[in-house]
Amino acid sequence: MNIKNIFIFILMLAAIVIFPLFVPNKYYISVMVVVGFNVLICIGLCMLMGYAGQISLGHAAFYGLGAYTSGVLCTKYLFNPWLAMLCGIIITGGVAYLIGVPSLKLKGHYLAMATLGFGEIVFIAFNELSFLTGGPSGMTSIPRLSLFGLALNTDLRFYCFTWVVVLVTVILSINIVNSRVGRALLAIHGSERAALAAGVNVPAHKIQIFVLSAIYASIAGSMYAHFVTFISPSSFGFMKSITLVTMVVIGGMSDIWGACIGALILTVLPEYLHVFHDYEILIFGVTLMIIMILMPKGLFVGAMDGIEWIKSKIFRKTNEKDTVGI
Amino acid sequence: MSIFTKILQYIFTGLTIGSIFAMVGLGFNIIYNATDIINFAQGEFVMIGGMVMVSLTKGMNIPMIPAFFLTIIIVAIVGILLERLAINPLSNPSIITIIIITIGASIVFKGLAMLIWGKDTFILPAFTGETPINVGGAVIIPQSIWVLGITLLVVACLAVFFEKTLLGKAMRACATNRKAASLMGINVNRMVMLSFALSAAIGAVSGVIITPISLMDYHRGTMLAIKGFAAAILGGLGSGAGAVIAGFLIGIMESMGAGFISSGYKDAIALVVLLLVLFIKPTGLMGKSELR
Amino acid sequence: MRLSRRIVILLSACLIIACFGISRIAKAANEPYKIGAIFSITGPASWLGEPERNTAKMIADKVNAAGGINGHPIELIIYDTEGDETKSVLNTKKLIEKDNVLAIIGPSRSGSSLAIIPTIQEAQVPNISCAASIKIVQPVSERKWVFKTPQPDSFCAEVMFEYMLGKGITRVAIITISDGFGDSGRIELLEAAKKKGITIVADERYGGKDTDMTAQLTKIKGTDAQAIVNWSIGPTQVIVTKNVHQLGIKIPLFQSHGFGNTKNIEQAGGAAEGVLAPIGRLLVAERLPDYHYQKKLLMDYKNEYMEKFGAEASTFGGHAYDSMYMVIEALKAVGPDRAKIRDYLENMKGFVGTAGLFNFSPLDHNGLTKESFEMLKVKDGMFVIAD
Repeated sequence: MNIKNIFIFILMLAAIVIFPLFVPNKYYISVMVVVGFNVLICIGLCMLMGYAGQISLGHAAFYGLGAYTSGVLCTKYLFNPWLAMLCGIIITGGVAYLIGVPSLKLKGHYLAMATLGFGEIVFIAFNELSFLTGGPSGMTSIPRLSLFGLALNTDLRFYCFTWVVVLVTVILSINIVNSRVGRALLAIHGSERAALAAGVNVPAHKIQIFVLSAIYASIAGSMYAHFVTFISPSSFGFMKSITLVTMVVIGGMSDIWGACIGALILTVLPEYLHVFHDYEILIFGVTLMIIMILMPKGLFVGAMDGIEWIKSKIFRKTNEKDTVGI
Repeated sequence: MSIFTKILQYIFTGLTIGSIFAMVGLGFNIIYNATDIINFAQGEFVMIGGMVMVSLTKGMNIPMIPAFFLTIIIVAIVGILLERLAINPLSNPSIITIIIITIGASIVFKGLAMLIWGKDTFILPAFTGETPINVGGAVIIPQSIWVLGITLLVVACLAVFFEKTLLGKAMRACATNRKAASLMGINVNRMVMLSFALSAAIGAVSGVIITPISLMDYHRGTMLAIKGFAAAILGGLGSGAGAVIAGFLIGIMESMGAGFISSGYKDAIALVVLLLVLFIKPTGLMGKSELR
Repeated sequence: MRLSRRIVILLSACLIIACFGISRIAKAANEPYKIGAIFSITGPASWLGEPERNTAKMIADKVNAAGGINGHPIELIIYDTEGDETKSVLNTKKLIEKDNVLAIIGPSRSGSSLAIIPTIQEAQVPNISCAASIKIVQPVSERKWVFKTPQPDSFCAEVMFEYMLGKGITRVAIITISDGFGDSGRIELLEAAKKKGITIVADERYGGKDTDMTAQLTKIKGTDAQAIVNWSIGPTQVIVTKNVHQLGIKIPLFQSHGFGNTKNIEQAGGAAEGVLAPIGRLLVAERLPDYHYQKKLLMDYKNEYMEKFGAEASTFGGHAYDSMYMVIEALKAVGPDRAKIRDYLENMKGFVGTAGLFNFSPLDHNGLTKESFEMLKVKDGMFVIAD
C-alpha cells in the first residue's frame, strides 16, 4: 500500500469506529450495514470494470446466488450458516467461471448484453424453481449468523461484522491491484492486443478477476440473507445490477476508493431524497446525470482533481510570494 | 385445435410482440450507427410516445392522424433535448459514462412521466376496430396487422433514407469514421442530434401503435429497452435488418416457448438462445466484426 | 439598584422557565400519536400504494380536523417502499427506531409484508398489513404482532370454486402472473381445487411486464377447460381479458380480487363483459340494499375519496381505510402503548370495515370470513352482483 492508500484506509477505519458512537439513532446503523454489502460488491465490480475494463450488467445474479445458496441450505437442509456461505462462494465462483469463459471473449456492448442476459436467466430461475427458492413470494425465517457463540442479532453487532469483512476485502483488493496481476489487468484495459503481445495471459486474468468479483458479491449476498432473514427474487433483478454499476461509475471506477464512495452515496442519498416525495425519482436521475456530465470519471477522481487544483493554487501562491520576496 | 393452428397462432403472437422489440432495436441502431452510443433511454421514448398520444387524443380531442404526427414531433424534440443537454456537453466520454448518463436520463423521463401522467395505466382505441380476423383457425387482431405493417414501412423508409438520400449517407459516414466525415464537410455534431431525433421519432411511432395492445404506464420503458437491446445485439449492432429479424425471432421464440415448453421460462429460453448465438458468433447474426 | 436589577433578572428567568415548563406540560397533554405507514407509492405496484397513501392521509386529516384521538392529533409518517423488500425493511426500522411510531400500517405487497415480519416481531410493534397473502398472519404463534385487513387469497379461490361448482364447472384452466401476488394465488388455487374436487387442466404463467398472453391462452384454448381463472394485479389483467376476447374463447373468465378497480373495466372495453370476480363490496356499494351493514360506510368512503382526489375509490385504498380506523379505535381505547394496542386489536370483535366484518382472535389475525367476498360480474360496463 502506498501513502495515499494507507492514509485513506486509516480515515475509513476511524470513520467506521466513530460512527456508531455519534449516530443519532440505531436506524442509521442498519443503513450502514446495507452500505457495507454494496461496498463489498462494488469493490469487486470496480476491479472488473475499472481495472480489467470488462463490463458486467448481471452482478445482481451473483449477489442473489450467494443469498439463495445460504437461504436454501440453511432453511431446507439445516446447514451451518458459515458452511452455507462457503458453499455459496463455491457455487457462485463455479457459475461465474462457466459463464465467464465464453462471455469474456465478447467485447463492449456484446459483453454487456451477455451478462445482462445471464442475470435475467438467473432471476427467472429464482422465480421458477419454487420448490427450492419459494418462488416469487420469497423465503422466510433464514437463521441469523453467530460468531464464536455470539449471535449477530443486533444491528450494531452485524455492523461490526460487516465492516470488518469490508476492511479485510479492501486490504486484499488493494494488494491485488497493486500486484503483478493488477498491472496485467490495467494492461488489458489499455489494449488487449498489446497486453497479449507483452506476454500477459489475457483470458486467464479476465476470468480470475470475474470470478473474484462474483465471490465478493456472493459473500455480500449471504450476509444480506442472514441480516434481513427474508429474501425474494425482486431484490436481485436487473435494476439491482444497474444500481451496482451506477455506484461504481459515480464513485469513480479507476480506484477502489471510488467504488466505496459511490456505494456509500447512492445508498444513503435516497434517505435524504425522501422529503421530496414524488419528485424523488426525478431528482435522483438528474443528480446522476449532472455528476456524470461534470465528472465523467466519478466523484473520487473529481475530488482528487479538486484537491490537486487547490494544492497547485496554494503552491503557486507561495511560489509567487517567494519570487516577490527575492 | 390442430397443431398447425396452434403454431400459426404462436407465430402471429410472436410477430406482434417481436415487432415492438424490432422497433426499439432499430432505435438503438440508429443512434449507435451515428455515435457508437447505446442509448438506454430508448424504451422511454416508446413510453412517452404512447402517453403523449393518449393526452392528445383523449385529453385534447385531437383527431388520430394529426395527433399521431404531433406525437412524433414532440418526442423527437425530447430526443433532441436529451442529446443537446446531456450527450453533447461531453468531450470524448467512455462507453460506460454514456451508459450511466442514458440510464440517468431514463430515470428522469420516468420521474417526469409519473408527475405528468400519474401512476395509472392508459389505453388507446385500436386504429380499426377490435374484431379479430380468422386465418386458418388462428386469429389475428387488426391492430397487430397495423403494428406489423407500420414496422415494415419504417424499416423500408429507413433503408431508403440511409441508402439513397444525401443526409442518410452523411449519417452513415459519421458512423464509419467521424474525423473523415468531418473533413468531408459533414457537420458531425448536427448528424448526432439528428440521429437522436430520428430514433426518438421511431420510439414514438412504436409507442403509439402498441398502446392499444399492451397498454401504457410510466413504468414501461425499462423492460422495452432491455428487449430492444437484446434484439439489437442478437441482430448485430449496426445492422438495421439484423435488429428487425432478431426482434421477430425473439418474439416468436417467446411465444413458441410459452406454448410448447413453459410459460414461466419463456423469457429465459429466448435469452439462452441469444447467449448461444453470441458465444458462437460474437458479433450477432448480421453484425460486422467490431474493431477494437 | 444593583439588587433590584438582579431580582428583575431572576424573576424574568423564573418566568421564562415557568413558561417553558407550562408549554411543555401543555404539549405533553396533547402530544401527537405517531402512526407509521409504508406503501409502495412508486415502482411497479404504485397503483396499490397511491390509493392507500391517499386514504390514510385523508383519514388522518379528518380525525385531526375533528380534534384528534382523545385530544391527541395523529401524526402520520409515510414512507415509500418502491415495492422493494430491502427498502421495506429499512423503512420499517426507520419508523420504529427513528420516528418511534405506535403502530405500522402496510406494506402494500405480500413480499414486502413477509420481509418486515422479523423486524416487527423483534421490535414488538403492532403491524396491520394491507397485503393479500395468508402467510402474512399464519402461523399466528410466529406472527404475534402482525395483522392484516385484506381478504386472504384462500377465500378468493374457495369462493370462486364454490360458485363454479354451483354452475356445474369442474374443469378449470388457471393463468397467473409470476410475482408474489400471482404466486400466492396460484398455490391457493391448486390447494382449493384439491379441496373442492376441481380439476386443474392447465397451469400457465406470464411475467409482470408481458404485453401479450395469447400464447398461453392458445394453449388453454386447446384444452377442455370449462372456465379460466386469471390471477394478477395491474395492467396484465386487462390484457388477459382482451386476449381471451380476441381469441374467441367462449368459456367464462374469472379474475382474482385484484380486479377491484373500475378502471380495469374501462380499459378492457367491451372485452370485460361477463368477467366474474370475487371482490369486496366497495365496488357495488350503490347497489347494496340500504339495510346492509356496510352500505353507509362504503358510500361515505367512496364519496369522500371522490371529493378529495377526484378518482374512484378502489378496494386497495379500502384496506388502508380499515387498517387506519382499527389503529385509531385501539388508540382511543387504550392510549399510546404498543403492547396494549396489540392486545386490543387481537380481541377486536364486530369491527365493520370496507372489506367486511372483522372478528379478530388469538388464532385469527385476519378476522374475516368468506362472506366478505361477493361474486361480482361485469354487466354493461359496471360491476353487479352475480346470480
